[in-house]
Amino acid sequence: MSVATHLAIAPVVIPAIAAPLALLMMRRRRRVGVGISLLSCSAMLVAALTLLVLSMDGTIRTYAIGEWAAPFGIVLVVDRLSAIMLTLAASLSLIAMLHAVLTRTDRDGWHFHPLFQFQMLGLNGAFLTGDLFNLFVFFEVLLIASYGLMLHGQGPARLKAGIQYVIVNIVGSSLFLIALGLLYALTGTLNMADMGLQVAAIGPDDQGLLRVAALLLATVFAIKAALVPLHLWLPRTYAVTTPAVAALFAIMTKVGVYAMIRVVPLIFGDDAGAAAWAPAPYLMPIAILTAIVGFAGVFVARSLSEQAAYAIIGSTGTLMIAVSAWQVDSITAALYYLVHSTLSGAALFLVADVVARRRGSHVDHASPGPVFAHRQLAALLFMAATIATAGLPPLSGFIGKLMILQSVADIDGWAWGWTAILATTLIGVIGFARTGSAIFWKSEPAGDGPSLPLVARTDMVAPVIALLLLVALSAAAGPATAFMQDAAGQIMNSGATVRAVLEKG
Amino acid sequence: MTLEFLVASAIGVLVAGGIYLALRARTFQVVLGLTLFSYAVNLFLFASGRLVVDRAPIWSKDVAEYTDPLPQALVLTAIVITFGMTAFAVILSLRSFLESGSDQVDGDPCENAVRNADVETSDADEPR
Repeated sequence: MSVATHLAIAPVVIPAIAAPLALLMMRRRRRVGVGISLLSCSAMLVAALTLLVLSMDGTIRTYAIGEWAAPFGIVLVVDRLSAIMLTLAASLSLIAMLHAVLTRTDRDGWHFHPLFQFQMLGLNGAFLTGDLFNLFVFFEVLLIASYGLMLHGQGPARLKAGIQYVIVNIVGSSLFLIALGLLYALTGTLNMADMGLQVAAIGPDDQGLLRVAALLLATVFAIKAALVPLHLWLPRTYAVTTPAVAALFAIMTKVGVYAMIRVVPLIFGDDAGAAAWAPAPYLMPIAILTAIVGFAGVFVARSLSEQAAYAIIGSTGTLMIAVSAWQVDSITAALYYLVHSTLSGAALFLVADVVARRRGSHVDHASPGPVFAHRQLAALLFMAATIATAGLPPLSGFIGKLMILQSVADIDGWAWGWTAILATTLIGVIGFARTGSAIFWKSEPAGDGPSLPLVARTDMVAPVIALLLLVALSAAAGPATAFMQDAAGQIMNSGATVRAVLEKG
Repeated sequence: MTLEFLVASAIGVLVAGGIYLALRARTFQVVLGLTLFSYAVNLFLFASGRLVVDRAPIWSKDVAEYTDPLPQALVLTAIVITFGMTAFAVILSLRSFLESGSDQVDGDPCENAVRNADVETSDADEPR
C-alpha cells in the first residue's frame, strides 16, 4: 500500500489526532492548541484537494479499514462526490476557524478547538464511508461534537435552543437505527454497495418492509437537511449559536442532502422493487415547500442571523428541487448549488457577526441604530453575501439557480419548481433589501447609551475569504460544472461503484 | 411464536410510551421518553438478526446453525451512543432548568414554571 492509498483515510485521522492534542495543549498554552487546530484544518484541506485531483481520473478508490474485504469490513469510498464534499468541508472549516480565532470567540469556552476537530472528524467520515452503519456512527460523532459547539459560550438562549436541537437529533438517530435494523434484516449486509445488490433479491412478501425502510431513511436525512415539516429545529439553533459555529453548521444540512444523493441511487435504484426511488415522488413538493418557508422566513426575520438561518433552509429547498428529479443534469446543478449555498450561507452568518460586533446593543437586529464603525465596508460585504444567497448575477447563486431551472425543465411538475424558485428569489431579495436598508441606510442619532465598540477590521477577513471563494466558483463555473457532471454521472451509475467496492476487495 | 409476540409487543409498548413521553412539554419526561424509545430501538435491532434460541453465537465449521452476531455488535454500539446522548440530554436539561428557572422544552416560563421559592410546594407531586 502506497501513501496515496492511505491518503483516503487522512481526512478522518488528521482531526482524530488533532482533537486530543489540542485538548491536552489548551490547558497549558492556548496558542499551541489554536496552532494545532489551524494546522489540522490546513492539513485536511491539503488532503482533500489531493483527493480531489486524484479523483479526476474517474476511478473510484476504496480503502478497506484493517484490510477486511468489502462486504464484511468497513470500506471508505473516495469518488468525485466524496472529494467535492471533503474539499468543501475543509475550506469551510478553515474559514470558520479563522473567524473564531480572529474574533476571539474560541475563548468563550474551554473546549472549542477539540470539539471543532471532532466535528470535522464526523463530517469527513460521513462523506467518506461506504458502510451504512458506519454512516450512522459518523453522524453521531458529528452530532455529539455539534451539541458542544452549539452551546459554546452558553447563555439561556443557547441552552433553550440546544435542548430542542439535542432532542430532535436523538429522535432522528433512533429512526436511523430502526431503518438500519430493517435493512439489515432484509439484506443481511450493511455495506451500501452490497446492499444495492441484495435489494434486488428480496421476495415479494418483504417489499412493503423495504419500502418502509427506504422512506424511514429518507425521513432521517430530511431531518438532517431540515426539510419542511422537519425544519423547526434549525432557525433558533443557528440564529443563537456562535457565528463561527453557525458558519460551520452551514454544511450540516448539506450532510443530509449528501446522504440522500449517496444512498438513494446506490441502494434504492431501479432494482429495488417496491422501494425503487421510493422517496422521489415526495421530494419535489417537500422541496418546494421548504424553499417557500425558508425565503418567507428571510422576508420576516428580525435580525441578520435569523435571516441567515432561514436562508439556509430556503437554499436547501432550492437544492432539493433539483435533487428530486434524479437525473444526471439535475444532480450536477444540485452539486454546484450545494457548494455555492454552503459558502454563501456561511458568509452571511459571518457578515451578520461583523455587523453585530459593531452595533453595541442593537446587535444585528434589523432596526436603525447609530452610525457604526466601517459601515460602508460592512454594507459592501452584506450586499455581496446577499447577492450570492438570493441568486442574483454575477455571483454563483445565479449560475446555480439557472442550472437548476434548466435541468428540471423536462420533468413532471417543472412549472411548480420554476414558480417556487423564481418567486422565492424575489421574496429573498426583498427581505434582504429590507434588513439591509434598515441597518445600513437609516440611522438614529447616538443617544446617551454606552458608545459603540471599536472593532478592528480583522474580523472581516473570514467573510471576505468566503466571498472570494464564491467569486472563484462563479469564475470557474465551466470546469467546476464539468467536474460535477462527472461526479453526478458516477453517482447515477451505481454499477460502477458496486464493482469498485466489491470486486477490488 | 410466543417469543416473537413477546418481543414485538415489548417493542410496541416501549415505543408507545416513549413517544407519549417525548411529546410532553417538560424536559425530564422527554428524556425518559427518549430513553424508552431507545430501549425499543435496541430491542428492534437485536431482533433484526432473527430470534433464535440455543444456538452458538459464533460461526465455525462444526456448527451448522448459529445466531447472527452482527446485530449484537450493532446493539452494543447503539447502546453506548444512546447512553452518552441521554446523559448529555440530562445534564443539558438540568443546566437549562437551573439557568432559566423553567423545565419547559420550549423554555417559556408558563404556569407550572418552577421558581426557587415554590419548588417544594406546588410541584412536589409532579414526577421529577
